[in-house]
Amino acid sequence: MTWALFWEWFIKSLILVFTLLIGFGYLTYYERRFLARIQVRVGPNRAGPYGLMQWMADAVKLIFKEELTPSRVYKLVFFFAPVVTMVPSIVIAAVIPWGTSFQLGGRTINLYLADINVGVIYLMSIASIAVYGIVMAGWASNNKYAMMGGLRSSAQMISYELTLGLMFVVAILMGNSMSLVGIVEAQKDMWFVMLQPVGYLLFFIATLAEVNRHPFDMPEAEQELTAGYHTEYSGMKFALFFMAEYQKMIVVSMIGATLFLGGYREFWFLKDTFLSVDRAWFLGPFYLFAKVFILLGIMIWVRASWPRIRYDRLMSFGWKILIPVSLAVVFITAAGILLAEMYSSLWMWMVPVLSLVVGLIAVVVIYRDLRRKAYARA
Amino acid sequence: MNIDLILFIILALVAIATALGMLLSRNAVYSALFLVLNFATVAVFYLLLGAPFIAMAQITVYAGAIMVLFLFVIMLLGAEQLAPSKVIPAQKWVAGGLAFILVAETVYLLTVRGVPAGNILQPAESANSLGFLQQMGMMLFNEYLLPFEITSILLLVAMVGAIVLTKQEKGGQK
Repeated sequence: MTWALFWEWFIKSLILVFTLLIGFGYLTYYERRFLARIQVRVGPNRAGPYGLMQWMADAVKLIFKEELTPSRVYKLVFFFAPVVTMVPSIVIAAVIPWGTSFQLGGRTINLYLADINVGVIYLMSIASIAVYGIVMAGWASNNKYAMMGGLRSSAQMISYELTLGLMFVVAILMGNSMSLVGIVEAQKDMWFVMLQPVGYLLFFIATLAEVNRHPFDMPEAEQELTAGYHTEYSGMKFALFFMAEYQKMIVVSMIGATLFLGGYREFWFLKDTFLSVDRAWFLGPFYLFAKVFILLGIMIWVRASWPRIRYDRLMSFGWKILIPVSLAVVFITAAGILLAEMYSSLWMWMVPVLSLVVGLIAVVVIYRDLRRKAYARA
Repeated sequence: MNIDLILFIILALVAIATALGMLLSRNAVYSALFLVLNFATVAVFYLLLGAPFIAMAQITVYAGAIMVLFLFVIMLLGAEQLAPSKVIPAQKWVAGGLAFILVAETVYLLTVRGVPAGNILQPAESANSLGFLQQMGMMLFNEYLLPFEITSILLLVAMVGAIVLTKQEKGGQK
């Protein structure tokens, strides 16, 4: 390993970490401003021009806040829980590509940190350890509310991870690769969201549950659990939890964009124009940023519009609706690819049609069930 | 002394320490967390051996799914603190005897029988290559299709069994 390679990796890692950290700051600002806009308020606009420095003021406040450690907590686990929550949310971004490559001083510099051939499984494994921090925090706080929050979140994350994993399978099948760069390049001619719209919808729902966002933010349902797993945390330790949640939002948006929305690539119908990343490498990060920005906006929009789902319904929705529909979607995708290889590529268009039919059936089933329950109550 | 060997020794020490911590800790939650660390170390071993897929599967399946469920059950039952348990008579002697047999077998295999040279700490050639996953999938679904399907049916039966066992009887209460 030469020094040039070392510095390349070092600089790329620094860029990645700082993008996520600063992205966290501006995501809070974005969320507050956008929520305010939806609710016809103004939102934070005092610190700096348009309130752009608001996140810095918040950070300073949190740093100087008194840090309380309750006397009966399990000190070691209590201390490590925020760290264990924070670290996966950053390292998971290592395999996500943000562009193609460019030449600098005779070296080809790739715009991604690592392109490993088990990229998707890496995502899966890091996502599956992310739950530990929350569980540890809930247990170590020695507080019933925190404990309930930790338990709820672990049950919820395990349940929705199944759907998430099955949707990874769909992306792997369509991309014919487990490397994320391979999957993005496979979307040159068509984004996977066009081929599998229901698959992307399921993925989006599962990621909302995975990062504990509305309407699945059970672990911190304040009217039931005060603040859930971070009830006993204050100061910088609380800030780490907060940070991890927002970074996870950014990261899952990046993953969703990479797997289904073409990642750093342009619209498929622009692939031969000057807007293509094959002609202009520097457009890659911008495309990815634009997609992530829109996805985050949708997440905030969901938060502003929908009430929280009840806990038992959350679990039965995950197990009784999402998993059967995801299995059907995986089957349809696999069958479509097989038939397209065997006969003609027209079969590929059966995939979106059939999966939309399955999705509609699921919606009808939910609707009838809810209506039946409403009659039963009346 | 190459860098692989140094890494191996450090990781081995961590693995042994976490395994001991798991056994000796009086608190079930600490034991579970030590075990998670142990699994993570084993995953790094796989990475050292050039088998990234197995390493990631190790983390996903053991650390990510099974141990989370363990922790969940421990916390749900509130069974963190172990009560001083009853000792089976002659447990120490039986355990010691079994441990001795295990060590003797290992020593026999390593010294008397001899290990084929270069088999330990040598990455398997095929596991390292890009096509390894495809090869494995091909093997699973062509040559070992029947065992694979039987395993899946076994898992399904186990799942149904777990549901049947835990389902509460409703008859008579209505």
